[in-house]
Amino acid sequence: MKKNWPLWEVFIRSKNGLSHKHVGSLHAADAEMAIENARDVYTRRSEGISIWVVESGNITASSPNQTDALFDPANDKVYRHPTFYDLPDEVKHI
Amino acid sequence: MEKLHDLQQAFQAKIDADEKIEPKDWMPDAYRKTLIRQISQHAHSEIVGMLPEGNWISRAPSLRRKVALLAKVQDEAGHGLYLYSAAETLGIDRETLIDDLHTGKAKYSSIFNYPTLSWADIGAIGWLVDGAAIMNQVMLTRTSYGPYARAMVRICKEESFHQRQGYEILLTLCRGSEAQKEMAQDALNRWWWPSLMMFGPSDKESQHTEQSMLWKIKRKTNDELRQQFVDATVPQAEFLGLSIPDPDLKWNEETGHYEFGEINWDEFWQVVKGNGPCNRERIKARIKAHEEGAWVREAAMAYAKKRKERATAAQKVA
Ligand SMILES: [Fe+2]
Ligand SMILES: [Fe+2]
Repeated sequence: MKKNWPLWEVFIRSKNGLSHKHVGSLHAADAEMAIENARDVYTRRSEGISIWVVESGNITASSPNQTDALFDPANDKVYRHPTFYDLPDEVKHI
Repeated sequence: MEKLHDLQQAFQAKIDADEKIEPKDWMPDAYRKTLIRQISQHAHSEIVGMLPEGNWISRAPSLRRKVALLAKVQDEAGHGLYLYSAAETLGIDRETLIDDLHTGKAKYSSIFNYPTLSWADIGAIGWLVDGAAIMNQVMLTRTSYGPYARAMVRICKEESFHQRQGYEILLTLCRGSEAQKEMAQDALNRWWWPSLMMFGPSDKESQHTEQSMLWKIKRKTNDELRQQFVDATVPQAEFLGLSIPDPDLKWNEETGHYEFGEINWDEFWQVVKGNGPCNRERIKARIKAHEEGAWVREAAMAYAKKRKERATAAQKVA
């Protein structure tokens, strides 16, 4: 039997108004302990006001091999950016 | 074969363009192995490094010193954890990493195999040992492997207090009685050379440096970092009124650097090979802590399992 505690990914919101951001991982027996450990490990200097933990095995990640398939189609769509549209300089606030 | 070559070229091109490598990206086996070796060695150093300092927590001379030392040692535990996490992203698990430390397969910084004989040693460790570690770690914030670089940024933010609390301890001793100043000098005498050894073998002897520089795992060589450390530290010793135990130490006006004497590499290799003053004691302490904590880890797992089962049962009823 594997005795290692499962691995958890930790996300911290540093202050209200900002998103939770991935900060690292840790081992814990359950979610509650993961939160407590994350508090001790990742917020010893008031780095956060909210913690999310998720068991690493529950994350599905895209693969670097898919990079082209997933993200290439966005590259040639310049018309999605404001600079694509020519307007005279005289027009203000637009 | 052709494909492997392409992958290798794409990998090196990324490194050359200063892009980071992330866990799921393709990387050469040797790059992965080098990182696992280096990051785990770094993690072990943080954890074993808690032992010589922990030795003085209960005997700190004031409450102010005690809370600072306690916080520092706790930080080092955190550093170990950030680094183990970074190593685990490379596909090695924590149990294996810990086993490798306990069996002696993995190394840790040999500086922690020296004993802490007096309170002044705590000052010298913060000032010199953390100071040397900072030189190395600041460089590593720009290392090519993403999770390692990010762990380093976090660690560097925490380190500067470590060095300052150490220097403050020595400053206080040096402004105290004759006996206190002597204690500070004695600590510097014992910690100076081992601190210079922390940067590892000289560039001409170092087997990993060249490849690590090419992969941008390291950004500066051992000798470059060592020189940087000496240049920064000598004036700090002068301010304390302490003398560096090196008769060959002198300022070179032309190069703008300090010249220093030959390091005793025999001693360095002896300690690396396990024959330092405290090698056996350190590993024994780590194994003891790990074994005596086993029941806690198992109980926590059993408790988590029981709670999960109860929650599932309750859901079924509802
Ligand atoms: Fe540290
Ligand atoms: Fe430190």
